[in-house]
Amino acid sequence: MALLEVNNLCISFGGLRAVDDFNLRIEKGELYGLIGPNGAGKTTVFNLLTGVYKPNEGIIRLDGEDITRKSTTEINHEGIARTFQNIRLFKNMSVLDNVKVGLTERFKYSTIEGIFHLGKYKKVEKEMDEEALRLLSVFGLEEEKDTLASNLPYGKQRKLEIARAMATSPKLLLLDEPAAGMNPNETQELMETIALVRKKFNMTILLIEHDMKLVSGICEKLTVLNFGRVLCQGETREVLTHPDVVKAYLGE
Amino acid sequence: MNLTKKSKDNLITYGIVVAAYVIFQILSVTGNLSSHMKGLLVPMTYYAVIAVALNLCVGILGELSIGHCGFMCIGAFTSAFFSKVTENTLPSALRFVLAFVIGIAISALFGFLIGIPVLRLKGDYLAIVTLAFGEIIKNVINAFYIGIDGKGVHFSLKNSMELGLEPDGQLIVNGAMGITGTPHNSSFTVGIIVLLLSLFVVLNLVNSRDGRAIMAVRDNYIAAEATGINVTRYKMMAFIISAAIAGAAGVLFSHNITTLTASSQYFGYNASIMILVYVVLGGIGNIRGSVIAACILYLLPELLRGFSTYRMLIYSIVLIVMMIVNWSPKVIEFRKRTFGKFSLKRQ
Amino acid sequence: MSSFLTYLISGLSLGSIYAIIALGYTMVYGIAKMLNFAHGDFIMVGCYIIFSVSGALSGNSFIGIIAAIILCTLLGITTEFVAYRPLRGAASPLAVLITAIGVSYFLENVALLIFGADIKSFSSVVKWEGLSFADGQLRIQGVTIVTIAISLIVLVGLQLFIKKTKQGQAMLAVAEDKGAAALMGINVNRTIMITFAIGSALAAIAGALLCSAYPSLSPYTGAMPGIKAFVAAVLGGIGSIPGAMIGGLVLGIVEILSKTYISSQLSDAIVFGILVIVLLVRPTGILGKVIQEKV
Repeated sequence: MALLEVNNLCISFGGLRAVDDFNLRIEKGELYGLIGPNGAGKTTVFNLLTGVYKPNEGIIRLDGEDITRKSTTEINHEGIARTFQNIRLFKNMSVLDNVKVGLTERFKYSTIEGIFHLGKYKKVEKEMDEEALRLLSVFGLEEEKDTLASNLPYGKQRKLEIARAMATSPKLLLLDEPAAGMNPNETQELMETIALVRKKFNMTILLIEHDMKLVSGICEKLTVLNFGRVLCQGETREVLTHPDVVKAYLGE
Repeated sequence: MNLTKKSKDNLITYGIVVAAYVIFQILSVTGNLSSHMKGLLVPMTYYAVIAVALNLCVGILGELSIGHCGFMCIGAFTSAFFSKVTENTLPSALRFVLAFVIGIAISALFGFLIGIPVLRLKGDYLAIVTLAFGEIIKNVINAFYIGIDGKGVHFSLKNSMELGLEPDGQLIVNGAMGITGTPHNSSFTVGIIVLLLSLFVVLNLVNSRDGRAIMAVRDNYIAAEATGINVTRYKMMAFIISAAIAGAAGVLFSHNITTLTASSQYFGYNASIMILVYVVLGGIGNIRGSVIAACILYLLPELLRGFSTYRMLIYSIVLIVMMIVNWSPKVIEFRKRTFGKFSLKRQ
Repeated sequence: MSSFLTYLISGLSLGSIYAIIALGYTMVYGIAKMLNFAHGDFIMVGCYIIFSVSGALSGNSFIGIIAAIILCTLLGITTEFVAYRPLRGAASPLAVLITAIGVSYFLENVALLIFGADIKSFSSVVKWEGLSFADGQLRIQGVTIVTIAISLIVLVGLQLFIKKTKQGQAMLAVAEDKGAAALMGINVNRTIMITFAIGSALAAIAGALLCSAYPSLSPYTGAMPGIKAFVAAVLGGIGSIPGAMIGGLVLGIVEILSKTYISSQLSDAIVFGILVIVLLVRPTGILGKVIQEKV
């Protein structure tokens, strides 16, 4: 059984078919790329997968369970975490607290215990700190744990967003243009981080990317979107040499 | 014990409140406090309490409320009603504690009921609806007539005659004349205890998983949803706690004055805005700042009563100048250039 | 029946006053993106100017109105320049909101110092008796007719100004996106200043009409109508000119009718209740645009 199975997904905005008959199968442990020209509907697919938009048609299954009509919050609880194209951190909170927000649903004590710092509060907070620091160290952010998120350099903000997503312990991680705005060095470092996350957490990852080098370097499979429709799907090498894809990217 | 920076910060906040209490008490005992000044102490504490409540809503939750005095009004009236009714049946200490429980619980309930429509809105639309609710609460309470006699509780929205009370009956809420003769149980000490408890609740909340979730919603609700945070739940939680604390301020208020009326001066949008001024000048999201700003800004105009005609004019000019000096991008840049690293750092 | 019509017309008249104030509010909000809490106090300032000038000229209210419009416009421009402009681009939108509250306190207290707290009786600027129908059973006061007429003229004038003139188009551009407008060569500061000028002039006109219909003047005269007009602007959808008109009229009619038929004590609660209900159904007002955040 595939981890993520999407069938016949469609959504229109005021008559414009932004995504049309979109199908996708991602197996457990795969690193899958979603590429396509600007405006092809890649982010819209992410927004459909995470419940930000509700599809007009189609079905989304995660681990066999139908999550099509669920809310963004519920979908995260089901096991999909994501990052955003334009970074969305909790800017006025520390790096550590950003990750701890991601841990909210995994480490629990009651509101009363929280307000009066009683009962499980101390113990659970300590566990949360340890888990958050462990995650931060994977991304090389443990030194900056008390820094405000908005004061981090750009590349580290991207990493923190991934760390926060990982804190929710997802089955599937969606990365929306993780290398956007990065220089070649930073991109290289990011590729290593993604590879590390995948290995360390045995994570299934779907990423949107423009950077062809990054895509061909780490993705095993690709789906190419064009004008909201799937242009081509399959193994990375085959897809990148497919004549339709070459045409869409390079023109006639 | 190993103290984190946050808990050290919190201890400083409690310390400031306790120190202020001790200083005022010493001044009072040694006879260095005028009776006018003594009369300002309890109001100072309840304005500090409601400033803490509003900062939870504006600074921590990030939603602008300009009707918070409405919750204070609910806390004041429900608790005063309770105290009046049970004045001759319960010992005063127990009655006052129960008055707090009732005032806080009913304000929290209204926080929940009003939160349902309000929290669906965003930004300035949300703000104007809080203002609307504040005015509605004030208006409706002004139209209430409630009396009690041998047959039970009587209620009217028209006038006290409509109640048809028995001769032995007691008129408790008399429309726009409000409630008269609530026992004077509030004192500076009680006010300080309530303030410390409010601070304790809010500061601890901020350092808990619920508090982090609330701030996450404030900073970026879309990311919060995608991180598995139930946005509605946490908005509601913060709003209810904020309303409950405002209600506690109301209980202090009603047990400190002889005649409680739902007047614009105390519970209208202007009063709510005055609290907002405390919160903004004290620093949005800075709980300690709210307490300090509330105390100073409440006492200042009162102490300037000598210049009565000019005091509000001076206050308004100071307010405008302070806002421009603290917030204007050009002034901030100028300060940075002139004072370099010694300038105040603002987020 | 005729009494109902009388109340309805007086509701329309009050609504027209709210609408004129709300038009100023909605323009300032739409373009400068700020809640100008002092807007209501400009009404009060306008009234005091008319009161003083016509008093000095032994009842010549026309010159009084002209003086009020000019001085309020200047006051609006000055306030914007001194108090609001320095805070454009401040880290929190609350900064300018609090400053506006400061301006409101300032104006009220200046009026208090000059004119005192006692209520002045204002003589109507409209001397016309009005019309009478059905053998005098239905009388419409002159001030009512003038108020409704002026509000319509203002509405049409503003719509034409915004749709047909270059300056109006510049306003729309600034309302949409200040940065982009500046890149297109629009002088953003000047555009915002003109908006304040128009808003303040409208407040002066509204003041003249308000105090003619309800002839008692104090330093706090403008506060509540200001808030109600703001509610009207929100009801209609902030930033929408026809919305402000509709919101104002709805509010005025509801207020008068509920005062008459339900309870004079609860009429404000009903007015604010209407706002809550409308926003529940349409979270951005009757004619407001729904803007969804892009993810």
